[in-house]
Amino acid sequence: MLKEVCWQIGGEQGQGLDSTVEVFNTVASRAGYYVYAYKTFASRIKGGHTDFTTRIGVERVQAPAAGVNLLVVLDQESIDLCAKNVYPGAIVLADEAINPTLPEGTDAKLLTMPFNKMTLALGNPLMKNNIVLGASAAFLGLPLDHFKKYATRRWGNKGEEFVSLIHTAMEQGYNYVHENWPDLQLQVAEPDGKERLLMIGNEAAALGALAGGCRTVFSYPITPASEIAESLVKIFPKVGGVAVQMEDELASIVACVGAGFGGSRAMTATSGPGLSLMQEALGLAAMTETPVVVVDTMRGGPSTGMPTKQEQSDLLALAYGGHGDSPRIVLAPGSVEELIPLTAEAFNLADNYHCPVMIASDLALALFQQTVEPEAAELASMPKIDRGPLGNPEEMAALGRDVFERYGKNVNENGVSPRSLPGMKNGQFLATGAEHGAFGKVTENPANRVYMMNRRMNRIKNVKTEAVRYFGSENADIVVLAFGTTLGAAKEAQAQIEAATGKKAGVLQIRLIYPVPTAEIEKYVKGGKALVVESNAVGQFTFMLKATGFHADQLATLLRYDGNLITVADIVAGAKVALSGEGQYFVTGGGQGLRTIPDPTITLAAKEA
Amino acid sequence: MATMADFRTSEKSWWCPGCGDFGVLAALQKALVELGRDPENVAVVSGIGCSGKIGNYINSYNLHVVHGRSLPAAQGLKLANRELTVIAAGGDGDGFAIGMGHYMHALRRNIDITYIVMDNQIYGLTKGQTSPTSDGGVQTKSTPNGNIEHSVNQMQLALASGCGFVANGFSSNQKQLVEIIKRAIQFPGFALVNTYSPCVTFNKVNTYDFYKQELTNLDDVAGYDRHDRFAAMKMLMEKNELVSGIVYEDPSSVRYEDRVRGFKEQGIVNQDWNVEPALWQKLLDSYK
Repeated sequence: MLKEVCWQIGGEQGQGLDSTVEVFNTVASRAGYYVYAYKTFASRIKGGHTDFTTRIGVERVQAPAAGVNLLVVLDQESIDLCAKNVYPGAIVLADEAINPTLPEGTDAKLLTMPFNKMTLALGNPLMKNNIVLGASAAFLGLPLDHFKKYATRRWGNKGEEFVSLIHTAMEQGYNYVHENWPDLQLQVAEPDGKERLLMIGNEAAALGALAGGCRTVFSYPITPASEIAESLVKIFPKVGGVAVQMEDELASIVACVGAGFGGSRAMTATSGPGLSLMQEALGLAAMTETPVVVVDTMRGGPSTGMPTKQEQSDLLALAYGGHGDSPRIVLAPGSVEELIPLTAEAFNLADNYHCPVMIASDLALALFQQTVEPEAAELASMPKIDRGPLGNPEEMAALGRDVFERYGKNVNENGVSPRSLPGMKNGQFLATGAEHGAFGKVTENPANRVYMMNRRMNRIKNVKTEAVRYFGSENADIVVLAFGTTLGAAKEAQAQIEAATGKKAGVLQIRLIYPVPTAEIEKYVKGGKALVVESNAVGQFTFMLKATGFHADQLATLLRYDGNLITVADIVAGAKVALSGEGQYFVTGGGQGLRTIPDPTITLAAKEA
Repeated sequence: MATMADFRTSEKSWWCPGCGDFGVLAALQKALVELGRDPENVAVVSGIGCSGKIGNYINSYNLHVVHGRSLPAAQGLKLANRELTVIAAGGDGDGFAIGMGHYMHALRRNIDITYIVMDNQIYGLTKGQTSPTSDGGVQTKSTPNGNIEHSVNQMQLALASGCGFVANGFSSNQKQLVEIIKRAIQFPGFALVNTYSPCVTFNKVNTYDFYKQELTNLDDVAGYDRHDRFAAMKMLMEKNELVSGIVYEDPSSVRYEDRVRGFKEQGIVNQDWNVEPALWQKLLDSYK
């Protein structure tokens, strides 16, 4: 009995694979399996290779699988690209019409089925994918009934005849496998049958925003962030919110500042190129002490970079981007499940610290489906809406005009003073990006400048949030520091590191990227070694750690920036070398294994004497 | 009822004596008083430049944003709290150079705000460079041999982009400007109030005397129909936009806010944001 299996399907973009995969994933989830579903795709609509991989298990799966058990391919290119990733002895199922061949040396069984012929006989080209689903169900030992039931639910509105055709296609695929290869079926352990949720990170972020009281969204379409606004525009009519597709990212963030100034909870969602455009106005939000929330789904940069590939290379731009010194809070969710409450929390933090709160999501977290436990998504478990320091309208009305000091010294323990909102009598003030005094009026007085700068920057020194989360053995010899998508792989790697090295291993999730929780991290690393794993070329988080006083000799870093995800195997390999002391900085990916590199946080090379 | 004094601040002006912006500020304050608005329910969002300093001199909620972005900020603010009177204000450079990308889209989006442009056809605060509304041939610091570009026709652009309220005022014609601004604030949708607001320091061509001589007052044009979009366009083209008064007013304008499905009369900021448990459960169920 297998605890988990991995199914992959490859073909051309525009062949309807998306909906085939949607059916497979949903059915697996409804059957009670944990799901982690990922994909390779290109920045084009039709044509070009695409493949989808779904890992299902009876225990939580949270990273790409080490291999594929069943690879279904609709073209030869998919075999050439994907067959190298299969487990030894795996099944590669191809359409006989393409006369498939396996690359030399591939340890797999190539089986062919007359997908095209069977589809033609059914008289509807859409049925091909249903035959594929039936065949896949047969190989993986998944009950066909679940697939048929889902098809009825999903396409019932298209008429009985259509649904019945789908059922026939699924049955034909299923029966073909049973009749021709009765001994090749995999046996996956029976799932617990519990109904769990399955969603992508962008959908989770949208739910979190809803729970967090966000009713104003201003954004501009960009891969891989668009689904956040697309989800909310569907939900908002039910709650009186508005999601506006702005003309660009400059407008998006400035509209958020306007809405935040007006007192609503405003959010924008973007990726690297948009973040670059937003930097000036993020300074405006900081300067005017206006709450805004930005979700950044990081992708391959810089410039257009690799829009459909994974990277975590916006950390410095998120934390320190833009001109001048300005406060921000940068949060990093470690799973789709966590994105819901974390996004809701971002609005509370913004309202309490009166500065931009950035959510560092990444492409894989944004777009890949993961199982969400229903308990974790309960409304009751979401952070309660907390508006932070806010003027009391009655007290303010009694003040008379020109008394209320928006930027006055009536600050709380975080250095934040209550804000007035338009509509509150006698709360009028000037919110300006120019340096200003207590009422907001512009001044360049040196003493005021120092007070105001300190006032803005000091507030984030004591951000109250769960900055880190620890998993694994206590007093570990090696602690893997991970955030975003990489956390799942790190958690799965933890036991394997211990098994491979005989040393104790832990995982520290960095939930707060900035301000850097250096002291907290030191507490967990103690006398051990820290292995930072991050998807970028210059070790951006490593840089932040070093800059904030983390001991460089305790630090090792594993980087990957070839567009692919950091895998469990990458982390285990990195941990082994880090523990052996044979290297400190490593890079992996790009068709090569792990190799040692000089310090990636670039310094000018020493001149030869 | 609020008075002029209620809308004034004690801030000493940074504008040059004789600046056209004084007249625009006074007309805005007077319009707000005459419409019975209270300072706390008015928000002025301004851009960068001399005119952007207007928020220092009006007792309302004021948001002074980065260069060129008064319109997105004002639209965001209006959607956050539609109960407010939201005025965006700025200069010709702020609106039609760096902010042009937002101008076009604010025009077609039709959110219920009033946009007051103080057009002096020059960059004043940076001390005398050409502006997108500078006339061809004009000598400025950045065009010492004469401006070789032709100017933006912002009012024709507005008409072409479907703007439902297009007006032009002149800062020294207070009476007319007050009426224009009042009407603009009451208009259900995006209202453009361009104003000629002379820069007495850096623009020696487009002076008070120049405008007095060149402007055609539409109130004096017999038979001019401000509800006729074609006539409005013709007038702007014929007069090279040197007109004053309400150029066009769409009697059937529908605000963006009224076209958003499920959008409420009450400002979002004043609503209860807690999610109904039944709705939340329904949403979660859609991911099963």
